[in-house]
Amino acid sequence: MTQNKMEVKDFSFTYKGAAKPSLRNINLPIERKKVTALIGPSGCGKSTLLRSMNRIHDLYPGNKYEGQIMLHTEDEGHTDILTLKKENDFIWLRQTVGMVFQKPTPFPMSIFDNIAYGLRLQGEKNKAVLQEKVEKSLKDVALWKEVKDRLNDDARGLSGGQQQRLCIARVVALKPEVILFDEPTSALDPLSTLAIEEMIFELKQDYTIAIVTHNMQQASRISDYTAFMYLGELIEFDTTDNIFTAPKKQQTEDYITGKFG
Amino acid sequence: MRLFLNKAFLVLSTLTAILGLLFLGWIIVTLVSKGMESLTPYIFTHDLVDNGIRNLIWGQIVLAGLATVFGIPIGVLAGVYLQEYGNHTKYADFIRDLSDVMMSAPSIVIGTFIYAIMVIPMGHTNGWAGIAALFVMMLPIVVRTTDDMLSLVPTELREAGMAIGASKYHVIMHIVIRAAKVGIMTGLILAFARIMGETAPLLYTSGSTIYMETDLSQTYPAMTVSIYNLATMPDEKLVSLAWAAALVLTLMVLGLNLLGRYIIKEKR
Ligand SMILES: Nc1ncnc2c1ncn2[C@@H]1O[C@H](COP(=O)(O)OP(=O)(O)OP(=O)(O)O)[C@@H](O)[C@H]1O
Ligand SMILES: [Mg+2]
Repeated sequence: MTQNKMEVKDFSFTYKGAAKPSLRNINLPIERKKVTALIGPSGCGKSTLLRSMNRIHDLYPGNKYEGQIMLHTEDEGHTDILTLKKENDFIWLRQTVGMVFQKPTPFPMSIFDNIAYGLRLQGEKNKAVLQEKVEKSLKDVALWKEVKDRLNDDARGLSGGQQQRLCIARVVALKPEVILFDEPTSALDPLSTLAIEEMIFELKQDYTIAIVTHNMQQASRISDYTAFMYLGELIEFDTTDNIFTAPKKQQTEDYITGKFG
Repeated sequence: MRLFLNKAFLVLSTLTAILGLLFLGWIIVTLVSKGMESLTPYIFTHDLVDNGIRNLIWGQIVLAGLATVFGIPIGVLAGVYLQEYGNHTKYADFIRDLSDVMMSAPSIVIGTFIYAIMVIPMGHTNGWAGIAALFVMMLPIVVRTTDDMLSLVPTELREAGMAIGASKYHVIMHIVIRAAKVGIMTGLILAFARIMGETAPLLYTSGSTIYMETDLSQTYPAMTVSIYNLATMPDEKLVSLAWAAALVLTLMVLGLNLLGRYIIKEKR
């Protein structure tokens, strides 16, 4: 088994109709069962890169991908996800590489159904199994105690922090291999943020994680590796310790010390 | 100064709200006082030929109801297409503009148009023509409400659905429409209430008759049209019956609105 779960190789990305690429020649390994943070000033392409890794971009046709993004699955499969074309392959990819968004996105249904939705898509029909998996994933995100008595209530009635944990539970329930987080705490209060950070730390035992964040402390607290991006390029990639204590590039140092960005 | 403006604005908006309610109250009081006399159980069990309004209520509900039965699925599907599939294409923009134009088309024009294509060839007014006219009135309202309500659903919700492996169709059917459900339902009820009270599109299309009718290829009873006819009669009793019919119609439309609100509240 390779050390790397995903590998972005010579990757460039151009939005439909854009004059020049938003990402140029990105090379980035995502190590297995580690947390990799993507940092950089606004507009540098962090979300664009993350959203390429489960090809959620393909909701909007006409974008151009160049290079390779390899996904090494637990069953020893090796796939360049940029070659996927069929709807079924996308469904497989997205259930293998899950994603959590910046704003909590509870579906307009009960708490239970929010989590069961993806499981049912996977073909799970057995009530008892659904029940069990919903409970398990709610426990994984430390939400079970708070919601166990109101699983049939509308999920939109939860607080923002609870909603975000629910969205993470929804992804976790599908047992993906990778989870992508795009600024998952930027819409939350400090306490909810802390709860989610702790959870990500726990999730690392079972999942490979990539997270975009604007919060330097957050990156240094929870990640093992950090990639610094600037204007569509990957400037520096290293262990988080090195990036924050001994960056090799001037631009990286300027950014983490708050000189720009 | 700020405080003053604030106060002034509050007073002004309260006054206009009261003014609006006052007119609504005035209308209802007038209808009740003028229609009360004729408003007896008798009129609900007899047709207009016997000085009742049973056939009119029946006719109005059938015409508006069938227009809705056709209008809702077609309109909702078109709205879904505009927002979820064709969005930002020239074709969708064109359909949107067209709907807006149709929505502001005077209803008498729609009535005349249907008259030309469905009444003249048949040789006489008929129920289907009335349904068609109401359908044409209703369709753009349903299309645009659906379109607008779907546009309020955040993109992230669609992306989140796709991100856990749902197909686009599945996301639309099970997440997006559900998220917009309350708004769409409100729109549908308002559209139905709107065509319930229309006269002009029915005037030359369904016409109206004093008899009970179940064959839609014949001239069909329409309450609004008959109210118009009765109100211009010299006979005091018939005018009073027109007031009673107007009162019943108002209560039906009002009841529809309230029902809509109630359902929406329950479903929330
Ligand atoms: N749909 C789009 N079409 C065209 N260009 C886009 C689109 N989305 C983003 N871009 C451009 O791509 C570049 C990278 O954007 P991206 O959203 O990836 O930045 P980011 O690093 O995530 O920023 P932020 O920290 O503000 O979220 C920006 O220059 C942006 O203007
Ligand atoms: Mg971003």
